[in-house]
Amino acid sequence: MKIMVAVKRVIDYAVKIRVKADKSGVETQNVKMSMNPFCEIALEEALRIKEAGLASEVVAVTMGPKQSIDTLRTGLAMGADRGIHVEATGDLFPLAVAKLFKALVEIEKPGLIILGKQAIDNDCNQTGQMVAGLLGWPQGTFASKVVLDKEKQEVMVDREVDGGLETVCLNLPAVITTDLRLNQPRYATLPNIMKAKSKPVKKYTPEELNVATKSDLEVVEVTEPPKRKAGVLVSSVDELIDKLKNEAHVI
Amino acid sequence: MNRLVSFRSKSRIGTTPCSSSFYARLLGSSIDASRTRSTANASDSLATVSRCSSLVPARTLTGSSLFGSRNGSSARLSNLTGHGGSQGVARRFCSDAAAERESMEYDVVIVGAGPAGLSAAIRLKQLCGEKGVDLSVCVVEKGAEVGAHIISGNVFEPRALDELLPEWEKEEAPISVSVSSDKFWFLTKDRAFSLPSPFDNKNNYVISLSQLVRWMGSKAEEYGVEIYPGFAASEILCDDNGSVIGIGTNDMGVAKNGSKKENFQRGVALKGVSLAFSGNKMIQCCFMRAIKLAGRVTLFAEGCRGSLSEKIIKKYHLREKRNAQHQTYALGIKEVWEIDESKHQPGAVIHTLGWPLDQKTYGGSFLYHMSERQVAIGLVVALNYKNPYLSPYEEFQKLKHHPAIKPILEDGTVIQYGARTLNEGGIQSVPYPVFPGGAIIGCSAGFLNVPKIKGTHTAMKSGMLAAEAAFGTLLEGSNLDSYWTTLQNSWVWEELHKARNYRPAFDHGFIPGMAISAVEHYLFRGKSPFTLKHGKPDHEATNVARSHSPIEYPKPDGVLSFDVPTSLHRSNTNHDHDQPAHLKLRDPEMPTQVNLPEYDGPESRYCPARVYEYVPEESGQLKLQINAQNCLHCKACDIKDPKQNIEWTVPEGGGGPGYSVM
Repeated sequence: MKIMVAVKRVIDYAVKIRVKADKSGVETQNVKMSMNPFCEIALEEALRIKEAGLASEVVAVTMGPKQSIDTLRTGLAMGADRGIHVEATGDLFPLAVAKLFKALVEIEKPGLIILGKQAIDNDCNQTGQMVAGLLGWPQGTFASKVVLDKEKQEVMVDREVDGGLETVCLNLPAVITTDLRLNQPRYATLPNIMKAKSKPVKKYTPEELNVATKSDLEVVEVTEPPKRKAGVLVSSVDELIDKLKNEAHVI
Repeated sequence: MNRLVSFRSKSRIGTTPCSSSFYARLLGSSIDASRTRSTANASDSLATVSRCSSLVPARTLTGSSLFGSRNGSSARLSNLTGHGGSQGVARRFCSDAAAERESMEYDVVIVGAGPAGLSAAIRLKQLCGEKGVDLSVCVVEKGAEVGAHIISGNVFEPRALDELLPEWEKEEAPISVSVSSDKFWFLTKDRAFSLPSPFDNKNNYVISLSQLVRWMGSKAEEYGVEIYPGFAASEILCDDNGSVIGIGTNDMGVAKNGSKKENFQRGVALKGVSLAFSGNKMIQCCFMRAIKLAGRVTLFAEGCRGSLSEKIIKKYHLREKRNAQHQTYALGIKEVWEIDESKHQPGAVIHTLGWPLDQKTYGGSFLYHMSERQVAIGLVVALNYKNPYLSPYEEFQKLKHHPAIKPILEDGTVIQYGARTLNEGGIQSVPYPVFPGGAIIGCSAGFLNVPKIKGTHTAMKSGMLAAEAAFGTLLEGSNLDSYWTTLQNSWVWEELHKARNYRPAFDHGFIPGMAISAVEHYLFRGKSPFTLKHGKPDHEATNVARSHSPIEYPKPDGVLSFDVPTSLHRSNTNHDHDQPAHLKLRDPEMPTQVNLPEYDGPESRYCPARVYEYVPEESGQLKLQINAQNCLHCKACDIKDPKQNIEWTVPEGGGGPGYSVM
């Protein structure tokens, strides 16, 4: 069984974000980029399933500009067997990504798709769900535990939901999105990084896959959140109530 | 050159049979590194261990057999060459457990992808191209990316780059802003007095060294150098004779309490392998000769106060070897601001002396206008300051409020913050830079020209000279000591010799310092008959707290000055929190028994990252808390701790600051 894993190149989580002067977006020039942490967890889970003998191949997929290949190489260094790079300039919103995924699934025919639950740059939390919807596959999102049963061709997923933990049983092929507590991703070792340079990467463009990536959404403006105002020390409860009522208008 | 580059990339793709079985051999000793070394039979390893260079079929008998492996290849090696005694048992100075690690072999291993390390790597590959041979060169870098740990003023003198990569302008090096003006101010609390500028920056450029190093990294990769960021060299590997044969990278995935986490990865040993030949005829005789000469080379280019370099200097007594003095240091704290268009003058260079530092403290500030409305501003404080209550960080915050500086920064925003120590010892402090098995290059040895305040060009040149010496060693069996000779005959030494008296002059005080400097500069013009010596080592210079009173620093205003956590956030620094603290106390009781009572805990003040804090325990007693996660890798604590109790060791690779425009 083949597993497809989506990996996204995002601004590294430790970087201090700055908004561009023209407010069109966030500064990405000369800024450190890395693999989305949830995608690392997704890839780690796929690799563990393969190492348990339940899958034959792990294919890492990334979509984005030319530099996204670096993220793909990291994925290959962690242990993915092959890479697919859909080269697309311009913003890719989740629906476009999901449509491109659907096209790739029709070519690759994987038995399981694993994605991170959301990307840390847009926090959309949509792509996995949209992929499942477009394909008509069952989905197990916010996975904190994944147990595959090869004979029964189903997967048990523990989901982290608002009320606690929910366990769902999905028939394969299925879509899983990973949450933080699923696993600890492995480090890419030096020898693996060297090996990764020789692993094959297939390139596609959206045109080749017959997908229109133009979005219905347009980012109009990006601004920093308003600066935090200094706190005010109040001298009595009455003053506090007065401020809450008349200044903050919360009671 | 083109032929070599394309050859390397072919071998990477792994189409040649030797490479795939090489990788298969590595696969055999997989992620679970507790498995013993390769079970491939001797003939396999003979065929595969070469760096897949078809030019050098003889280069297959490896340094690995020199290091305690028990498979057949080592026996075969000694049979062929009669070279008996090199099955290594690790000496205690070096890693005991190296036999457990996977190892990768290269002709040259370079620690640190900075200006010196990358210059050495590029020069090696250039020499390979010129002579039609191939050497495998590997550069390991503890930062997450090449350039992530690079911070410097920087007014760049392109002298070394012109020699190394003369086409740098055509190849779009990030060097575009020529120095347009050169001001030198003496500051008092409220005023700035213009002095004649002692610098000659006419043909120099204002750059971001981090950006330049990134560009150099991509150039090095084009030449076929293998660069591995995110891997920290934490151990020196030696053979039985005490020669350095390489380094070991950090174990990754070790928890705070020392236990192995689920993603534990043993570090990898990167070893220098000797031997590269250009013709089959030479194999028999040169091969045996080269084994005996042990021509592997490891170059240490870790920057100022490199952790492994310091160990090497101590172990091989490299300072004693040429009667060098101790190294002296300064701490530089820097910010890059994006300022108002109207205030920006690309290429403007300002240096200041005086306020906020007092007459007994050497140091000064810099303000350089870069491109794109960016301005680099920083304060450099010599670490032989006496007052334990001094906080270089807070002095820097004061500086920004000066009436001559404030208008430039007003309405601007800080983009990045960082700090790093730099060496000020000059020629008097350079250790003998060659040891058995390798050499030290760049600021790890200490080639910064203090009066010029430039160390990049000399670091690069030292890397180039070491590369040339290493090339000779590996190919012709010449002595690596030729690096020392060529260094002394080069413009690096000439420059440093002229510059040698300026800094030590200030040990006598500010006025004597200025006077002697003027005499040096205008009268002797570098030909003075005497060489001044440095005073006490920096850590010994700190007075006890009772002979000084605490300094009241103003609160940050959040516009020009900031608190440490805010600034730290701008350095993009981070470490995985669940790892052992990389700052080690030789005596865990000393902070509360000596540092705090005697010196009032100076580490809580000089550390620009608030790593060291004295916090009250439940009993009310103050205890030292080490916030290792904040560390900027500046090495100030390693230098300035009064009893040298703090040892800076390298944390997991990939952590530390994330400089991009510094």
